[in-house]
Amino acid sequence: MTAAEGSAAAQVGRTPYLSIRGLSKLFGEFAALTDISLDVYEGDFVCFLGPSGCGKTTLLRAIAGLDIQTAGSVVQAGRDISRLPPSERDFGIVFQSYALFPNLTVTKNVAYGLDSRRGSRAETARRVSELLELVGLVEHADKYPAQLSGGQQQRVALARALATSPGLLLLDEPLSALDAKVRVHLRHEIRTLQDKLGVTTIMVTHDQEEALTMADQIVVMNQGVVEQVGTPEDIYGHPATPFIADFVGSMNSLKGVATQGGYVRVGAVEFAAGGTLRPGMAATVCIRPEDVTVRGVAASETNAFPVRIGAIEFLGSFWRVTLRSEGNGGFELLADFSTNLVRDLDLREGARIVVAVPPERILVFAGGGPRP
Amino acid sequence: MTAPAAVASMVRVRPRASADDRILMLATVLIVGALLLGVAAPLYALLAKGFQAADGTFVGLANFRTYFSTPALFDSIGNSVAVTLITTGIALPLAFLFAYGLTRTCMPAKSLFKGIALIPILMPSLLPGISLVYLFGTQGLAKGLLMGESIYGPIGIVLGELFYVFPHALTILLIALATSDARLYEAAESLGASKTRIFLTVTLPGVRYGLISAFFVVFTLVITDFGVPKVIGGKYNVLATDVYKQVIGRLDFEMGAVVSMILLGPAVLAFFADRLAERRQSAALTARAVPYEPKPKRGRDAAFFAFCVLVGLAILTVLGVAAYASWIKLWPYNLSFTNYHYQFDLRDGGGWASYRNSLVMSGSTAALGTAIVFVGAYLVEKSRGFRPGRIALQFLAMMPMAVPGLVLGLAYVFFFNAPNNPLNGLYHTMAILVINTVVHFYTVAHLTAVTALKQLDSEFESVSASLKVPVYKTFWRVSVPVCAPAALDISMYLFVNAMTTVSAVVFLYAPHTALASVAVLNMDDAGEIASAAAMGMMIVYTSAAVRGLHALLTRGVLARAQAWRHR
Repeated sequence: MTAAEGSAAAQVGRTPYLSIRGLSKLFGEFAALTDISLDVYEGDFVCFLGPSGCGKTTLLRAIAGLDIQTAGSVVQAGRDISRLPPSERDFGIVFQSYALFPNLTVTKNVAYGLDSRRGSRAETARRVSELLELVGLVEHADKYPAQLSGGQQQRVALARALATSPGLLLLDEPLSALDAKVRVHLRHEIRTLQDKLGVTTIMVTHDQEEALTMADQIVVMNQGVVEQVGTPEDIYGHPATPFIADFVGSMNSLKGVATQGGYVRVGAVEFAAGGTLRPGMAATVCIRPEDVTVRGVAASETNAFPVRIGAIEFLGSFWRVTLRSEGNGGFELLADFSTNLVRDLDLREGARIVVAVPPERILVFAGGGPRP
Repeated sequence: MTAPAAVASMVRVRPRASADDRILMLATVLIVGALLLGVAAPLYALLAKGFQAADGTFVGLANFRTYFSTPALFDSIGNSVAVTLITTGIALPLAFLFAYGLTRTCMPAKSLFKGIALIPILMPSLLPGISLVYLFGTQGLAKGLLMGESIYGPIGIVLGELFYVFPHALTILLIALATSDARLYEAAESLGASKTRIFLTVTLPGVRYGLISAFFVVFTLVITDFGVPKVIGGKYNVLATDVYKQVIGRLDFEMGAVVSMILLGPAVLAFFADRLAERRQSAALTARAVPYEPKPKRGRDAAFFAFCVLVGLAILTVLGVAAYASWIKLWPYNLSFTNYHYQFDLRDGGGWASYRNSLVMSGSTAALGTAIVFVGAYLVEKSRGFRPGRIALQFLAMMPMAVPGLVLGLAYVFFFNAPNNPLNGLYHTMAILVINTVVHFYTVAHLTAVTALKQLDSEFESVSASLKVPVYKTFWRVSVPVCAPAALDISMYLFVNAMTTVSAVVFLYAPHTALASVAVLNMDDAGEIASAAAMGMMIVYTSAAVRGLHALLTRGVLARAQAWRHR
């Protein structure tokens, strides 16, 4: 199933607002994007997620017309825009640097795209104050960008991009230049604003937490191709490839061998995982740290196995515990235990406990692991 | 990852040009065309002339054979190289010590010394020559210091050139010494390195490229300078005066072209060497470097202060002698005050009209030059499409730096005075002087503008396109105001250089477009030395006034208009 079909299956009956087909981008001999097909639906908040160099910004710039693709088509609202320069497309954009005009006040920055369109002065002023109210910057209207905090500058850039009521809002890592706290706050704010305006939005990010908390649909990219398109729950719970399993969230990847009846053996432990691999094949078992259970686990239970506790690391709201399985070919497993669990069971370094992993929480991939 | 075959076989998307793209492309074509006519075509005409006889027929290397079989001509090569190497060998250590004093010691009055050291930039290079004649000439006050040697010759040339090149060498070395990393010194000290060792292993390597760059700049300035040897060279021939003599004195244009080409050689070589050094220099400095803060040390500070006082006094003396001589009746016999020497209309050489012409020419050069240079730099730096055009523009913008003024001036004669050139109507007009001067000083102005534009966010144009605002509007509303200080620097640079330059325009002026700097030359030639000094001082007063105005504008008016820079 291709990415485009996958997202289409989830969106039966809706026509896509933005449709990308067979898009490739070459820089000399290097293929930055290879045969990308993707649909974005009206009103959705879509995140392009991937490590740096995966091509997500290149794809965004192709959609904007800033760096037009080598081959392939882009159709927006039924109009083929593949060859059009940015000025003939319908989008607003916020860059990582915000690119605010430093010599213009907040008001003039926001009004920048309104000036050139015919419309009365009063109308422009009304629209600007409406936007400033929307992003909560009314009292800063006459300041210059350098007099604002990073978060405020970001909101000016957002207001400027939205001023002309574009059909598509493009955000290129808009939060990465901000402090952690401001970032979390602005995530929520941007998403609320987008819900209110209903503008179709594409945001590029390398921060999986950002993508998981903000997006309706996440497009995970790696090495110039789309690896998976889906909702945050899909991507986190059912990663389509070992790369995504490893990239999104924390993941234990254990190398093992498939055995009879859908089991995979890792060291001395046989995991029941409902896999369909042929016995004898190399397999990778993926387990999220939060899916390792301790409380009330009996040794006879499915997927229960004894471990010795290695390092315990305090991470604020929970503890990250390194577990070492016993027996031949012992392996290490990271597990996240809540503070009260650690307290109740009095877990300490060197203690021996029995843990289990529910079969439905285990992912099995053929082959040796997420990173070739 | 390499391109899969599937992509190669696909239909390539052909982006459609926007209105902005077309405007930028048109502007690029226009400026490239202008520079082709203003730099490349004249140089080609000059090179061609070297291989032609007077009637225009091709004679191959015949002119060069004549040149090298005439000792009176090719002796100048040795003379030029000798005075140039001697001047460079003296100027660099002096400028280095001066710059070291300003950056690495705690001596007092640093900004005063810096201001004094930069004074020679405001003078035409003829003026130090004239001052030296007053000081060490036949009636000179300090003639005895020469112990019987004549100032007219290599001694005078070297002394005069020292004043002329000192501020240029100093500026480069100041930058090189200022951009050093304090952490390296702390590390060296904590490792117990001696003073000498620190100087040899930290200081010198840090300024190595600055020194190389200063060497080539000074070398080029001296070997191509015409003003100093013209006034004080006497019978000691150098390449630059040869060009002038061949063309103006003997009307032998072909031989003038041959000497020009020989002069072009070292200048081009120095240009490439300097570019190479500059590339290394910028790579050597990281953004995390900590600026060096000198700590007070009495002995060292006093020694550098004394040295800077000496150099400062020498510069002030040269300026003061020219100023004084221009206001007294007859040096050194009648020291009573007079404005007689400023009555230029009583003398040959162009009179007050030449001064007014200079103002018009410099003003036009500053206005026109700043506009073209800034637009050109914008196209190189900010437009995305039309790569061949941008590369051609960048190349043509760098070219004038490698061409000495005399060579450029002569090239203009050959190109614009050709009867079959439709542009020959420009010959002997004010316009050709302006065009020539803009081209002459194009490169430094271009580099200043590019540096300023590089500091602007590269996405301004993208944002503006997404908002459907035409590129020229964003250029005018954002790029120009934000770069206003740099534009002001460029216009001042062009104005001052247009006021002081002699070399290129000396071939191009007509009686009704004579310039102040040329008047200095002609009055000196005619023996009216005091009036030559007076006209030279008029140039200094004007340049200084413009510099003052520039400082006022930058600090006052512009600071208010640039309120957005402050938090």
